[in-house]
Amino acid sequence: MDATPDPALTPPLLGAGGQGTPRIDLRDVKFAVEGREILKGITASVAAGEILCVCGLSGSGKSTLLKLISGLARATSGEVLIDGTEITKLSERELDKIRAKMGIVFQYAALFDSMTVFDNIAFGLLRGPRRAENKKIKPFTLNRTVAELLRDVGLPGIERRMPAELSGGMRRRVGLARALATRPEIILYDEPTSGLDPVTAAAIDDLIVETGTRNRVTSLVVSHDMNSILKIADRVLMIYDGQRHFWGSPDEFKNSPDPVVQQFVSGSTDGPILKKKKS
Amino acid sequence: MPTRVEPESAGGIAHEAVEALEEVGEFSGRLAKNALLGTLSYFGELVRLFGQSIGSLRGGVHFGDLVRQTSFIGVESLPIVLLTALSSGGVLALYTVNTLTDYGAGGLVGGVIALTVVRETGPLITAITVVARAGSAISAEIASMKATEQLDALRSLAVSPIDYLVVPRLLASLLMLPILTLFADAAGVIGGGLVAYNKGVGVRAYTDSFRLLMEPSGRDIFEGLLKALVFGLILALIACREGLQSEGGAAGVGRATNRSVVLAIVLVYFADLVLTWMLRPIQL
Repeated sequence: MDATPDPALTPPLLGAGGQGTPRIDLRDVKFAVEGREILKGITASVAAGEILCVCGLSGSGKSTLLKLISGLARATSGEVLIDGTEITKLSERELDKIRAKMGIVFQYAALFDSMTVFDNIAFGLLRGPRRAENKKIKPFTLNRTVAELLRDVGLPGIERRMPAELSGGMRRRVGLARALATRPEIILYDEPTSGLDPVTAAAIDDLIVETGTRNRVTSLVVSHDMNSILKIADRVLMIYDGQRHFWGSPDEFKNSPDPVVQQFVSGSTDGPILKKKKS
Repeated sequence: MPTRVEPESAGGIAHEAVEALEEVGEFSGRLAKNALLGTLSYFGELVRLFGQSIGSLRGGVHFGDLVRQTSFIGVESLPIVLLTALSSGGVLALYTVNTLTDYGAGGLVGGVIALTVVRETGPLITAITVVARAGSAISAEIASMKATEQLDALRSLAVSPIDYLVVPRLLASLLMLPILTLFADAAGVIGGGLVAYNKGVGVRAYTDSFRLLMEPSGRDIFEGLLKALVFGLILALIACREGLQSEGGAAGVGRATNRSVVLAIVLVYFADLVLTWMLRPIQL
């Protein structure tokens, strides 16, 4: 069931203005593992500079959707288009060209634990697809770039530290700096604020918004955090039972009469969600 | 008093026995088929990984990564390779000196030891030592990277795990196994010599006998080095494959490491048999 109440009230699919080719376009995307359907046909799109928050219960397929968009997993059927290019059938080499436009901030940062913070951030520049041109970067410029990125994420001066020496929030911010280093046009965030204290979570939310507005970066944020979703989203996609259950603005999401959405927003244990889980 | 079996009932039992045998046969057939298919599929994966690595070479190799892996697989393995080869050379001498002397062939001790070491024990001991030390570490490292999404992070940065992880380890292994084998050969011959000297074989007699049994062209040594090259290929491919395909968090890291060591050792011995067969058809 798509709980979007009335087509007239539904924001245009392309979001902000509804014009131009969507940067991310999902068309009836399905994904199954060993016969178990995780996503049962998701359709959504994200326009340039827009922030789409994807929410849903744990295990509803939100992170899977993010992996499908980045080509880290392949959709069983349907189409995933990035800037109009269908990526589900591309080879790894071809996908690398698409990934060069993207940055991913992983749930637990996924920093390379054998490298310093500096090396983690510089890695994409020195080893990614633009390594040939980036080889010409002088060490001084590279140092300055990494220092600026760390300052942007609120962690100046930690270049020489190892990931094991950082807290969870610091790691995620370093993960964000690493994703930003290659100047991506699309950033995918996997639960960037989960498990963080409210102050650090708010700082990360601000960073996501700031990054989006400053560089007109398209963002897709997978999150459970209602405060965060309502604060940063231009549009909300709720996945429930493997399907698109809600698609609309944060205000519509908050005020939706749909009982599943209401229960999710309020965080109540009383409602159709737990009943369905129990049944 | 023995029970008499009625003819009809005997026929029924016989029929059931035949059915049971048929089932056992069918089950065994399925098992063998699955084992065969599984083995072929595993070899297929290794060949594919090798092909991908060769393909990756077109993009060049990061010199720093190659040096790091060469140091890890080669230089850091050297002390343990030398120790094990020295001991095994000594053991070989303990077995052969008395026997050969008793049969009046004491003048061949050095040649027998040198031949055995350079053709067989040198490459084999080197491979087993490097599998245990470096192969297990490679699998554990890559599997741990997979469990913590670091492989996904690599791919998200458009860096191929084959380019970044497999190619330097494969090249370092191919380069260092023959070099380590040369050191192991020397250590084995010296270890054998020390024991032989202790048993009364003169240094001159020991070294002179090399010429009596070994090919003057150095073919014996090259055969050993060829084996080492193949063993290096096997250990790197299996270690990387097991790491890349691991599943299931910390337990998966343990499983990958274990499988990597066991499979690599089994395949190294199997390859040794095949190579010895191929290289020495007349003697066999």
